Amino acid sequence: MALKMVKGSIDRMFDKNLQDLVRGIRNHKEDEAKYISQCIDEIKQELKQDNIAVKANAVCKLTYLQMLGYDISWAAFNIIEVMSASKFTFKRIGYLAASQCFHEGTDVIMLTTNQIRKDLSSPSQYDTGVALTGLSCFVTPDLARDLANDIMTLMSHTKPYIRKKAVLIMYKVFLKYPESLRPAFPRLKEKLEDPDPGVQSAAVNVICELARRNPKNYLSLAPLFFKLMTSSTNNWVLIKIIKLFGALTPLEPRLGKKLIEPLTNLIHRFSVSVLISLSSGMPNHSASIQVCPLKYLGLLAMSKILRTHPKSVQAHKDLVLQCLDDKDESIRLRALDLLYGMVSKKNLVEIVKKLMSHVDKAEGTTYRDELLTKIIDICSQCNYQHITNFQWYISVLVELTRLEGTRHGHLIAAQMLDVAIRVKAIRKFAVSQMSALLDSAHLVASSTQRNGICEVLYAAAWICGEFSEHLQEPHQTLEAMLRPKVTTLPGHIQAVYVQNVVKLYASILQQKEQAAEPEAAQEVTQLMVDRLPQFVQSADLEVQERASCILQLVKHIQKLQAKDVPVAEEVSALFAGELNPVAPKAQKKVPVPEGLDLDAWINEPPSDSESEDEKPKAIFHDEEQRQAKQRQPEADEEELARRREARKQEQANNPFYIKSSPSPQKRYQDVPGVEHIPVVQIDLSVPLKVPGMPMSDQYVKLEEERRHRQRLERDKKRKKKKDKDKKGKPRRHGSLHTESDDDLAPAQQVDIVTEEMPENALPTRGSPCSPSPHVLQVPVSTLCDPPTLPPEAVRLCTSVTGTPEPLVWGQANPDLALQTYDIQGSLQKDSQVTVSVVLENQSSSFLKNMELNVLDSLNTKLARPEGSSVHDGVPVPFQLPPGISNEAQFVFTIQSIVMAQKLKGTLSFIAKNDEGSTHEKLDFKLHFSCTSYLVTTPCYSDAFAKLLESGDLSMSSIKVDGISMSFQNLLAKICFHHHFSVVERVDSCASMYSRSIQGHHVCLLVKKGEKSVSVDGKCSDSTLLSNLLEEMKATLAKC
Amino acid sequence: MQFMLLFSRQGKLRLQKWYVPLSDKEKKKITRELVQTVLARKPKMCSFLEWRDLKIVYKRYASLYFCCAIEDQDNELITLEIIHRYVELLDKYFGSVCELDIIFNFEKAYFILDEFLLGGEVQETSKKNVLKAIEQADLLQEGGAEAEGERESLKQTPY
Repeated sequence: MALKMVKGSIDRMFDKNLQDLVRGIRNHKEDEAKYISQCIDEIKQELKQDNIAVKANAVCKLTYLQMLGYDISWAAFNIIEVMSASKFTFKRIGYLAASQCFHEGTDVIMLTTNQIRKDLSSPSQYDTGVALTGLSCFVTPDLARDLANDIMTLMSHTKPYIRKKAVLIMYKVFLKYPESLRPAFPRLKEKLEDPDPGVQSAAVNVICELARRNPKNYLSLAPLFFKLMTSSTNNWVLIKIIKLFGALTPLEPRLGKKLIEPLTNLIHRFSVSVLISLSSGMPNHSASIQVCPLKYLGLLAMSKILRTHPKSVQAHKDLVLQCLDDKDESIRLRALDLLYGMVSKKNLVEIVKKLMSHVDKAEGTTYRDELLTKIIDICSQCNYQHITNFQWYISVLVELTRLEGTRHGHLIAAQMLDVAIRVKAIRKFAVSQMSALLDSAHLVASSTQRNGICEVLYAAAWICGEFSEHLQEPHQTLEAMLRPKVTTLPGHIQAVYVQNVVKLYASILQQKEQAAEPEAAQEVTQLMVDRLPQFVQSADLEVQERASCILQLVKHIQKLQAKDVPVAEEVSALFAGELNPVAPKAQKKVPVPEGLDLDAWINEPPSDSESEDEKPKAIFHDEEQRQAKQRQPEADEEELARRREARKQEQANNPFYIKSSPSPQKRYQDVPGVEHIPVVQIDLSVPLKVPGMPMSDQYVKLEEERRHRQRLERDKKRKKKKDKDKKGKPRRHGSLHTESDDDLAPAQQVDIVTEEMPENALPTRGSPCSPSPHVLQVPVSTLCDPPTLPPEAVRLCTSVTGTPEPLVWGQANPDLALQTYDIQGSLQKDSQVTVSVVLENQSSSFLKNMELNVLDSLNTKLARPEGSSVHDGVPVPFQLPPGISNEAQFVFTIQSIVMAQKLKGTLSFIAKNDEGSTHEKLDFKLHFSCTSYLVTTPCYSDAFAKLLESGDLSMSSIKVDGISMSFQNLLAKICFHHHFSVVERVDSCASMYSRSIQGHHVCLLVKKGEKSVSVDGKCSDSTLLSNLLEEMKATLAKC
Repeated sequence: MQFMLLFSRQGKLRLQKWYVPLSDKEKKKITRELVQTVLARKPKMCSFLEWRDLKIVYKRYASLYFCCAIEDQDNELITLEIIHRYVELLDKYFGSVCELDIIFNFEKAYFILDEFLLGGEVQETSKKNVLKAIEQADLLQEGGAEAEGERESLKQTPY
C-alpha cells in the first residue's frame, strides 16, 4: 500500500500541474493545438489513475482547457468523482469544473443529486458552501425539485455564511421549480429581518427579483421594505429596495408620497458618501467608476414621482440644483430633467440664472446644447406659464445667442418670434434688442462654422421689420441689414432680410414724409437702390427673386418721389394688417361643409394590389388616420377624451389659456361668451421683480431705471399721470398684493394673443366647463375608469376630501374603512354622477371578492353591468392585501337632482387569513347632497346679468349670523364646498354662479354684514335652490 | 446577471462564469461575438451597449476587459460597481493583481467570484467577509496541501 502511494507520487513528479500547463501553452504559441492535444492525452492517462490528487489536478487542467474552448464533456464522470472526494481541496476543484461545464443537457447530472445532498448536510460550512455555489450554476428542474427541501433547511442554518448562500440559491430554485415558492416564502420573508446584514441583503435581492416579475403579490411587503430603506446603511441593499419600489409604485399611488422623504435623505447622505468613496478609492483606478449610482437612481426615481406628485418634489428644488454641480454628466442630465417639472413663477428666474451660469462653464457642446434646450423648454412650457417678466426672457434669449457652436439657433429664433408676436407689450423691448443684435450681426455670424446661431438673425430681422414702428433708429437698422456682409448668410435668412428691409423702408418713408423731409426720404430710397443689387446677384433663388422684385418696386418709388408724389401711404399698405399666429389645430376646427363626404372615392378605388407605399408617406399617414377615425369612432373618442382630460388639467393651471367659451351652450344658446376671443387682458398677480438678477447688465440697469422712474413718478404723481412708454402703468386693483412688492408695478401689461382660430371654429366639446382654481383635481391617471363611464365624459371633481359629510359610511366593522370619496358630476351625461370611494383594509386579513350593492330608489340607481338584475352588486375591480387601500368608482344614474338623497348600501367581501376565510358585510349610507350635482362653471358678468334679467328664475334667500371669517375666505369656502365660481366681487358683496349637471343655473348674491352673511339665490328650480341654500347654511354655520 | 467574461486585449478568454445554463456551443458563439464587439470599441466609448436582448456592461482594467451581461431592467451602473468590486477583491487577494495572476491562479479567481456573486446576484457586499471566507477555505485547502508537502518531502528523501 505504502509502496503504491509512493509509486503514485513518483508518477506525479513528472506530471504537469496547472501552472506548467499554462506556461507550456504560452511557450508553444506556434503549435498550440498540437501541444494541447498532447496534454489532453496526458490528462486522459492521469484520469485513469486511482490517486484522487492526480485526478483533481487533471480536472483542474481540463477546466482551464475548457475555457480555451476545448470540449471536456467526455470527462463529466471524472468530474463527479472529484466532486465526491472527501478532501475540500479536491471537492472545490470538482465543483468548479462542474459549474463551468455542466448544463441542463449533461446526462450524468442526475448522478450528482445524492452527492450534493450529502455535501449540503456536511458539518463543514465550506463543503456546504462550495456545493451551494456549484449548484447555483447548474441547477436543473430535477435537481431543484429534489434538493429544494434541503436548501430550505439550510436557510435557517446557524452560520450566516450558509444562510446567505441558501437564500440566494432559492431564487434559482424558484425559477426552475416554481412550486417551491409557496412553502419557502414565509421563511424567505423572515430572512428580511435576519440579524446578519449579508443574509438580509441576500433576501432583499431575491425578493426584489421575484417582485420584478410579479409586483402585485409583493405589495404587502411594502411597509417592511420601507422600514428597511430608512434604516439600512448598505448602499447595495438600498439600490435594490429603490428598484423594488420602482416596480411597486405604479400599483399603489400613495407610495410615491411616502417615498419622497427617504429618497431626499438618501441624496443628502450620498453627497457625504461619495466624498468618502472618492478619498478612499484606489488611486490606480479611474475616478469615474467611483460614481456611485445611488444619486443617479434617486434622481431617476424622483423624476418618476414628479409625474404623479409634483408638489412633493418641488420642495426639494435646492437639492436638485446642487446636483447640477455634480461631476458626473449623467447625474447632471437627470437633474436637468427634474428641473423641468419643478419650476414655478417664483423660482424660474433663479433656476434659469443657475442654468445660465452652467452654460458658461459647460465643456463640450453636447451638454451645453442640452442645457440650452432645457432652458428654453423650461421657460416656454405650458404656454409661458411661469414667465412673469418677458423682458427678462428676451434678454435671456439674447444672452444665449452669444453661445459658441450651438446647434440650436433655430430654437432660440423660434422663441423670439413666438414671444414677440404673442406678447404685444414686449414688442418694443424686443425690437430694441433685436436691432442691437442685427447691429452686431458680424459677431454672431463671423465664422461659418457657427452657422447654428445665425438662425437668430432670421428672427431678429423679421421682428425688426414687422414691428418697425417701435424702432428707435430705423435708419441705422436698415443700414445694418443692408451691409455687404449679409450676403454670406444662409439663403433663407437673406430672404427674410430682403423682405424685412422693405417693411423697414416703408416705415421710414412714412416717418420722413410725415416730418416733411422729402430729401431724407429720397436718400433712403437711394440707399435701397444702391444696396439691393447685391441680393439680386445671390445664388439663392428665393433671395434673387425677392430682391429683383423689390428693386423694381423701389426704382418705381424713386421715380414717383422725383415727381414729389407722396408714396409712403401706398408703400405701407403693402404691409398693412397684423400677422397672427395660427393654432396648429386650426384646420381641424373648420367644420366640414355640408354635403362633403371626405370618405367617398373621387375616382374608382384602386385595386388591392396597388401598393400603398407608392403614395408619399405623409399623405398616406394622414389618410389612414382619417379613415380610422370614421371607422372606429369609439376608440377614437376614448383617445380624444383622454387627451382632452390631460389638456384640461394643463389649462386649469394656465393663466394664459383663454377659455374658448365660458358659458354653457347646450341649453341656452343665447348665452354670450364667444366674443371674448381672441385677446384677453391678463393681470399678473405675481410682481415682476428680478431680485438681484445679473442676467444681463443691460437688463438690470433697465430695471433699475424703471424703478427709479417709478419712484420719481410717485413723488410727483399728480404732475404726470401717464408714462409715455406704458412702462410703470399702475396695476389694476383687486388682485392680491404681496408684501414687499406693493410699490413695484409690473414692467409691462401682458396680453397674450391666442393663436388664431378660424371664425366658424367649432367649440371644443367639454370646454364650457373649465374648472375654477378652487377645485382640486384628483390626478385622473390614478383612478381606474369604471367600465360604465362613457368615454367622452369630462370628469370634474366636484368635491374632495373634507366635504362636510356628504356621505355617511357605516364603520361598525373595523376591518375595512372607507376613507375619502367624492361625487363627480359630468356635464355630458346629465343624469349620471360618479362616486369614488377609497377602501382601506385595516385588518390583517386579505380581502377579496368585494361587491358593492345599493338599494336603488326610484330616483337614484346604481349603474350595474349589463344583464345583471337590480339585486346584484357591482364587483370592486381589485383585492386588498392587509394595510393597502385602493379607490373604486361607481356610477349612479339620477332622475331628478333637486332633492338630496340617502341610499342604503352594503359592501360584501371575503376576508381571508391564516384561520380561513369568512364572508363579511359592511353596511353604509350614501348621501347625495344637492351640492354634489353642481359643477363649477365660470360665468362672465354680462352673461350673468342676462341670466338674472331673463326673469325665469325663482328666488330664495337665507341669512346666517355670527360669522367672523373674512369675506375672502368665506367666498373660497363656498367655492370649494359648493362648487361655485365668483362672477364679480365688489367690497363685501359678491355674485356667484354654478350649474347643475342637468343644466340648472344657480346664481347667488352673497352679502356680508357686520357679523352676518346673507345669501340671495336665484335658480331655475325653486326646490333645488332651497335645498342648496339649506346645505350652504350648514356650511356657513360652521364658519 | 447572465454571465461574466474576462478577456485580454488580444481576445484571449481569461475567465468565464455563466449564470444561465447554456450548451458549450452557444457559450462559444456568444463569447466570440462579444469579444469581437467589445474589442472593436474605442476607449472613449460608453461602457454600456445593447446586444441582442441583453445589456452588456464592460470595463477595461489595464490589459483586461471585464464584461458582464445583464437583463433589460437591470441597472448598468451597479453592474459597473460590481465589476469594480470584483477587481478590488482580486487586488486585495493577490496584492496588486495583474493579468498573469488570473491566468496562473484562475481557479482562485473563480473562488473569489463565487464568494462574491452567487447565481448572478450579489451575495456578499462586504469585501472583508468575502476575503475572510476565501482565506478560511484556503486554510482548509492547506490541509490538503499538507499532503502535497509530504510529497515534496518524499521527493527529497532518497530511497
